[in-house]
Amino acid sequence: MNTTIISLVSMGSMAALFALGLAVASKKFAVETDPRVEEIESVLPGVNCGACGFAGCNNFAEGVASGKAPVNGCPVGGLSVAKMVASIMGVEADGPKRRVAQVLCKGGHAEAKQRGGYDGPKDCRIAHATQGGDKACSYGCLGYGSCVASCEFNAMYMDENGLPVVIEENCTACGKCVDACPRDIIVLVDEEQGVHIRCRSLLTGRFVRQVCSVGCIACQRCVKVCPTGAIYMEDNLARIDYDKCINCRECVAVCPMNTIDWQEGKALLEKVAVG
Amino acid sequence: MSLFTILLSALLVNNFVLVRFLGICPFMGVSKQVDSAIGMGLATTFVMVVAAAATWLIQWFILEPFGLPFLQNMSFILVIASMVQLVEMFLHKTSPSLYRAMGIFLPLITTNCAILGLAIMGVQNSYTFIETVVFGLGGGLGFTLALILLAGIREELQFADIPKPLRGAGIAFILAGLLSLAFGGFAGLV
Repeated sequence: MNTTIISLVSMGSMAALFALGLAVASKKFAVETDPRVEEIESVLPGVNCGACGFAGCNNFAEGVASGKAPVNGCPVGGLSVAKMVASIMGVEADGPKRRVAQVLCKGGHAEAKQRGGYDGPKDCRIAHATQGGDKACSYGCLGYGSCVASCEFNAMYMDENGLPVVIEENCTACGKCVDACPRDIIVLVDEEQGVHIRCRSLLTGRFVRQVCSVGCIACQRCVKVCPTGAIYMEDNLARIDYDKCINCRECVAVCPMNTIDWQEGKALLEKVAVG
Repeated sequence: MSLFTILLSALLVNNFVLVRFLGICPFMGVSKQVDSAIGMGLATTFVMVVAAAATWLIQWFILEPFGLPFLQNMSFILVIASMVQLVEMFLHKTSPSLYRAMGIFLPLITTNCAILGLAIMGVQNSYTFIETVVFGLGGGLGFTLALILLAGIREELQFADIPKPLRGAGIAFILAGLLSLAFGGFAGLV
């Protein structure tokens, strides 16, 4: 009985002492933080993927509260999260335009020529840094799937032809695959865009034909046929200005190498010419 | 036992992680990058020293005189949790940069069993106050050492061709086992 009382009193007073100490400390060491930061963080997805450009959801919330980040800056949460964040901040928000990753190379096993073998680790970055993999084209996809390995949202897979494929429904435009690719083949593009020039080779036409059956040979037919002037040539490669492209598919029809791709299911766009 | 012997014993011979298998959770969780391993290690070392001192006071001024050794675990957990909380608040106010560097790790340390283990072992060995603090320092540095060793190896492993079933935690546990065997070589040093 005596022990019970002593234990209760000693433990109780210890706990009370610590509680008091912590209470005093929390007042004394109080750091003023914006209460909105916590609120914003609670509506964010909480994946800490870094797609917003901040080092995690907490930092993004701090950025929004201090005005450094836009309320619709979270690409993973999309419109629904943007609206909740906006209502906490007391402003209106449009949803961020949904973007998805596009793979700008069509040279899989069937199309791209091989040059010798490669026995190193099956990792694109290592292959690129050592002897450039086993494909003859030094600009194309290496095919070891570093982008697929980096994807945290199950939005990519390697097809039988050895090329990465993006599952657009799952893609959150976090940009991990873009960083993972040593050859800068993957880009983030507005989801509505359906016409893509899937080649990154800066070789001239003759050399492109030697290494790949679907590479851009810089014939300029697409440039001439484009009604909005969205395609231009730079360093022996046709490039597309997505701000101008309206998905009309004229270029897809004339491309002799079948480099330009049309994704079924995307609609014709209306765009106001700027400048 | 001299202070140096106690330090060396806690640091290498009876390393908390690799020989006594305490604190395996942060050992596995925070050993992917050397940077964060150093942060976690230093934060743990700091808490270990403070907790060793605090628990020594509790043990010899409250528990022993009142004949309450059975409340050891409870009171030690209480004091460690409060200390960590206090340290976190103190850091947040006084050194935001250090708080940012350790931020995530500090609350995690509350539940690190290596710290409770250290407090209890310090009592079992009937160390004096100074010896307990040195014991805590050695234990913390040993924890940091183990964490940095594993993190260094795991950073290199990112580029290795590991068999699929072993990737991630699997290979890390094998590594930890090998490190533990290596640390067995220190036995007999003290």
